[in-house]
Amino acid sequence: MDFRPAVFFEALTSPAFITGVELTISLTVVSMVAGLGLGLLLALMRGSPVAAVRTVAWGYIWIFRAIPTLVQLLFVWDALPQLIPAFRGEWFSPFFAGAIALSINEAAYAAEIFRGGLLSIDDGQRLAARALGMSPVKVFSKVIAPQLIRVTIPPLSNDFITMLKITSLASVISLQELLARTQTLVASTFRFVEYYSAAAIYYLVLVSIFMVIQAQIERRFVWSSQAPTGRGTLSRVRQLAVLR
Amino acid sequence: MSEPRPLGHLLDESVLGEPVAASHATSEGYLLEAIDLHRRYGHNEVLRGVSFGVHRGDVKAVLGPSGSGKSTMLRCLALLEPVDRGEVRLEGKRIGVRESGGRLVPLSEATLARERSNIGMVFQRFNLFPHLTAVGNVMIGLTEVRGKSPTEARDIAKNMLDRVGLAERAKYFPGELSGGQQQRVAIARALVMNPKAMLFDEPTSALDPELVGGILSIMEELANEGMTMVVVTHEVGFARRVADRVIMMDGGLIIEDAPPTEFFESPQQERTRKFLEAVQ
Ligand SMILES: Nc1ncnc2c1ncn2[C@@H]1O[C@H](COP(=O)(O)OP(=O)(O)OP(=O)(O)O)[C@@H](O)[C@H]1O
Ligand SMILES: [Mg+2]
Repeated sequence: MDFRPAVFFEALTSPAFITGVELTISLTVVSMVAGLGLGLLLALMRGSPVAAVRTVAWGYIWIFRAIPTLVQLLFVWDALPQLIPAFRGEWFSPFFAGAIALSINEAAYAAEIFRGGLLSIDDGQRLAARALGMSPVKVFSKVIAPQLIRVTIPPLSNDFITMLKITSLASVISLQELLARTQTLVASTFRFVEYYSAAAIYYLVLVSIFMVIQAQIERRFVWSSQAPTGRGTLSRVRQLAVLR
Repeated sequence: MSEPRPLGHLLDESVLGEPVAASHATSEGYLLEAIDLHRRYGHNEVLRGVSFGVHRGDVKAVLGPSGSGKSTMLRCLALLEPVDRGEVRLEGKRIGVRESGGRLVPLSEATLARERSNIGMVFQRFNLFPHLTAVGNVMIGLTEVRGKSPTEARDIAKNMLDRVGLAERAKYFPGELSGGQQQRVAIARALVMNPKAMLFDEPTSALDPELVGGILSIMEELANEGMTMVVVTHEVGFARRVADRVIMMDGGLIIEDAPPTEFFESPQQERTRKFLEAVQ
């Protein structure tokens, strides 16, 4: 077996890797935030009383769920500037193109998750809120949104993890994220095992950190007077230790 | 009926922090009035010309078979649904519409919202907000609609929960409360808005039999304190005892409207007689 721990650890701590990781994280967060915003809008559009609005949202979801993400990435990066001169400027970086493609793609999936979430909220909630005299905006922000967040955290977290991983597709549009950095290093050293393992470790760590964050968020949405809300994992561990 | 009521247990100026809207007797005439309400869903004509009025401080019980349009009528009275024809009047003033260029047009959602807050509504399935505690449910209307500060709203909400017998349950979430307790929270949530009238849609139908009495006695207390109420119910005993008038709805029409003794002892309509036999 040819595995050199020294090369592996060097890879893990190399500055090139770290910048790649930073780019991966920022692309994930930017694409996710934009995707969720657009996705929520699409979900609300699908519930619109106006048929044309519903159809536009339906068409969007249909198209962008059907086309492979890789094709969307390449289209935005290569085809869009040919199609629209405005995209030929310096500002149109691989990061920008990646963020556009990935958030457009994510919005289609998030829209369906939000739509399911909205359907799961009993209509009696809206009725009661309106009967109290809440404006449509208040009904949404004070009554619907908190419940929507709770039911959509698990599926959206899944999307987040998927997003973290598919940012690696952006290596094909020359974005120097984690995978692209790895490939550059591999090309000059031919140490496939060490470098790909190091990259895998980074993805594993990133996903693990995110899972902890997800658990923290989920705990804030436990609606029980007994729930130890507002306390961190540490105090919970301590509490469990005391109980034993 | 038109006597000013003394401060009560549920309708208490010292809880609300303002004069009780429901117990200030003023003009003659109806406090709440439905005139020729029509409402259809597609080809389904659910309300086919419903008219009735409730005097200030009176209780109107509404009976009728499933699908006769009782809930729809309440939603129209509460301005939760537009009517195709007809009008709703509160204190003699038409609500839910405004004049524009000599024509009456429906109010915008935001303006409608303000008018809705004058009428309290209690639902069969409680419809509490599951992400808020009991006190959170009761205070949300005060903070988000009445613009009260959280501190003031919380005080009012806690006192009102105390009045409906739920002082120790203030911090519980709806999922941790029994049906009867949830319905008390829902009543408190409506009462803190200081409504001029209260609408109840089968408030005890979803409750275990042993919890029904508690809710009915709160409603009776409310009636005694001068609240104007429209109550859709199958509780014949309650209707007999508390209502000033009883309405029978069938097929989107009011087919009988009489004082309880008359209604139950000698109903004019065959349909009412049959219905009463079936529910009693
Ligand atoms: N939002 C709606 N869309 C379409 N049809 C509706 C809607 N709401 C009510 N209906 C129809 O209107 C009719 C009357 O319904 P409503 O709920 O007012 O009856 P109800 O007298 O309250 O009955 P129940 O005793 O079962 O509560 C029914 O045929 C129902 O299917
Ligand atoms: Mg009903």
